[in-house]
Amino acid sequence: MRLNLRELSQAPELLEPGHNLCPGCVESVAVRQVLHVAGPNTVVVSATGCLSVSTTPYPYTSWKNPWIHSLFANAGATVSGLEAAYRSLVKTGRLDDSEPINFIVFGGDGGTYDIGFQSLSGALERGHRFLYVCINNEAYMNTGIQRSSATLPGTWTTTSPFSDTVPGKLQPRKDMTAIVAAHGVPYVAQTSPHLWKDLMRKVETALACDGPSFINLLAPCPRGWRTEAEIGIRLGALAVETCVWPIYEVVDGVWKLNSKPREKKPITEWLKLQGRFSHLMRPGREADIEHIQKQIDHSWESLLARCEASQTPVGV
Amino acid sequence: MAVARRAQETSRRAKSTPQSLNGGLAVAEAMRQTNPDVVACYPITPSTVVVEKFSEFAANGAVDTEFVAVESEHSAMSACLAATAGGVRSQTVTSSQGLAFMWEVLYAVSGLRLPVVLHSANRALSAPINIHGDHSDTMGSRDCGWIQLYAENPQEAYDNALMAVRIAEHPDVLLPVIESQDGFTVTHSVERVDVLPDDAAHRFVGQYAPRSSLLNTKDPVTVGALVSPQYGFEVKLAGVEAMDRAGAVITAVGAEFEALTGRSANVLEPYMMEDAELAIVIIGSVAGTARVAVDSLRAEGVKAGLVKIRSYRPFPAAEMAEMLSGMRAVAVLDRAMSPGAASSPIHSDVCVALFSRSVSLPLVNYVYGIGGRDTYPNQIINVFKDLEQVADSGLPAPEIRYVGTSS
Repeated sequence: MRLNLRELSQAPELLEPGHNLCPGCVESVAVRQVLHVAGPNTVVVSATGCLSVSTTPYPYTSWKNPWIHSLFANAGATVSGLEAAYRSLVKTGRLDDSEPINFIVFGGDGGTYDIGFQSLSGALERGHRFLYVCINNEAYMNTGIQRSSATLPGTWTTTSPFSDTVPGKLQPRKDMTAIVAAHGVPYVAQTSPHLWKDLMRKVETALACDGPSFINLLAPCPRGWRTEAEIGIRLGALAVETCVWPIYEVVDGVWKLNSKPREKKPITEWLKLQGRFSHLMRPGREADIEHIQKQIDHSWESLLARCEASQTPVGV
Repeated sequence: MAVARRAQETSRRAKSTPQSLNGGLAVAEAMRQTNPDVVACYPITPSTVVVEKFSEFAANGAVDTEFVAVESEHSAMSACLAATAGGVRSQTVTSSQGLAFMWEVLYAVSGLRLPVVLHSANRALSAPINIHGDHSDTMGSRDCGWIQLYAENPQEAYDNALMAVRIAEHPDVLLPVIESQDGFTVTHSVERVDVLPDDAAHRFVGQYAPRSSLLNTKDPVTVGALVSPQYGFEVKLAGVEAMDRAGAVITAVGAEFEALTGRSANVLEPYMMEDAELAIVIIGSVAGTARVAVDSLRAEGVKAGLVKIRSYRPFPAAEMAEMLSGMRAVAVLDRAMSPGAASSPIHSDVCVALFSRSVSLPLVNYVYGIGGRDTYPNQIINVFKDLEQVADSGLPAPEIRYVGTSS
């Protein structure tokens, strides 16, 4: 599709305004970008989370696509059942598949990295045709800012509070994108809504796959990150410039970096704008910041090495 | 004798074919004839026999079904939920821990009014881990908003498996159905099962006509919205009202099935109740054993009778009160426990059915068969003898009595 801002600004919206997401929340921005590519011939599944509860306060709905939510832990299985239903209808001649329906899941990091992990893994392994979009805001925001396995070390959340002896969350992040890639599915990518062209191109690539695809996108959350509402897009850019959130894709097992910062900024540039890290800005927390920096550096170097290795033909 | 006589009538009426099948294979056969659009399963003993056989049907083209070999029972029920919301007919099979693992999804399926059919082989719940039969699993899910049918033998399992589809999808109902048979005792016991011709079975189950479908992108629907206290009560109440209507639908579908096969399928099945003075209420496979006990007591001149429950949810309370009214004493046999409760599940329901209709009689709760413990005719005879003493004493017997324990 042509990615032209003027045309996009006039394209019909499939997520109607008037929903209850917080001011400054990037989730609706991400969903609109995804649906601009996918279009109306798309069935949407949501895991329980901010997005599902904020967009469907009965008797209202923001969704102009067919949409289903049932539980927190079962988005992968839900899309599996729908895609199986679709195949059964096509197989028996009850549904015309000249324009195949897109199946898209939106899950938060809770529904994806943690409670819905098994369900997603099963759906990936079975090879259903669907795109899973993880809208990752790095904690359980819907229940009031609790840690998830996507939360960075050193982060304050209500279940990883800091104290004199504890710097906030102690554990490293789970590398969910790499874990999905390890399933050997056709297409896996990381992106961010501030890179709207990159995001939309990735959605288009994903939807063309005859199998599972996965896009992990960073969704700054003013409430949970303790930031001003208007800096979500800027935070996305900073996450990429500090290498907290690298932009890459894995196409049929080949790792490719899509965006390399000209100058890698120190992690403090990312941390200092967010209240959830403000305790780290106090004197005496330098070692904690260094610890986070080392983890980010290590992940970044590993990713570069993976991309490098992917480009090298086997046996050469 | 009665079974053989009924079977002959069946062959006359519907030209059914008698086959030697265990309960598991009988259900697999009913599933083949139903030809569901989506079957999502995770294997668990003792229901595995159904899953394995149905996988064969799917692999060799005997059905059009999309068979989804999911990674857990939670996902099995979730996939069925979604497939049915996608406008197709879906089914699954499970037991015990599998049903427990489906728990939260069971509520979601009934709350969304999706007519999924679940074939269950009753089995004890851990701990201790135990693969043998009791009713802990389905009795534990009795408040999940699902219709529950129980089979005594492979024939009833086959029959219930076909009728469940019609009941679930009936426009007055639109509720999911669990049809159950006792693990091993029925699932693995080979008996004669009269199987309908495929075309007759197809005609009986008919086509699923969904109210809406997520796969119709031209007419988008939102399924699973968030409700506030302003609406939540009415939504749940609508499910209860559908369950209330289901009783009449089960009876009507049963009558249609009887016309087709000659086999009755009533919500309650009385045996020797016309002139009975002492009665037992029972569910599942032990009904056969109990019938033998009733026969031998009748030979001794004891006016014993039996009421077998086929539909547990909805509970046929009015019919139960009518059948038991005037008994000198009644025993209710439960194969599940409800620790700390005033009594066990079926006894509680019978008790309320009687008391709320001002039917007062000595009613005793017996628990049997927990963890697969066998139950013998003599034990049932002893229950009747016990009941006779209760009736003679004129004293209430509120304590739960246990059948066949070693202590």
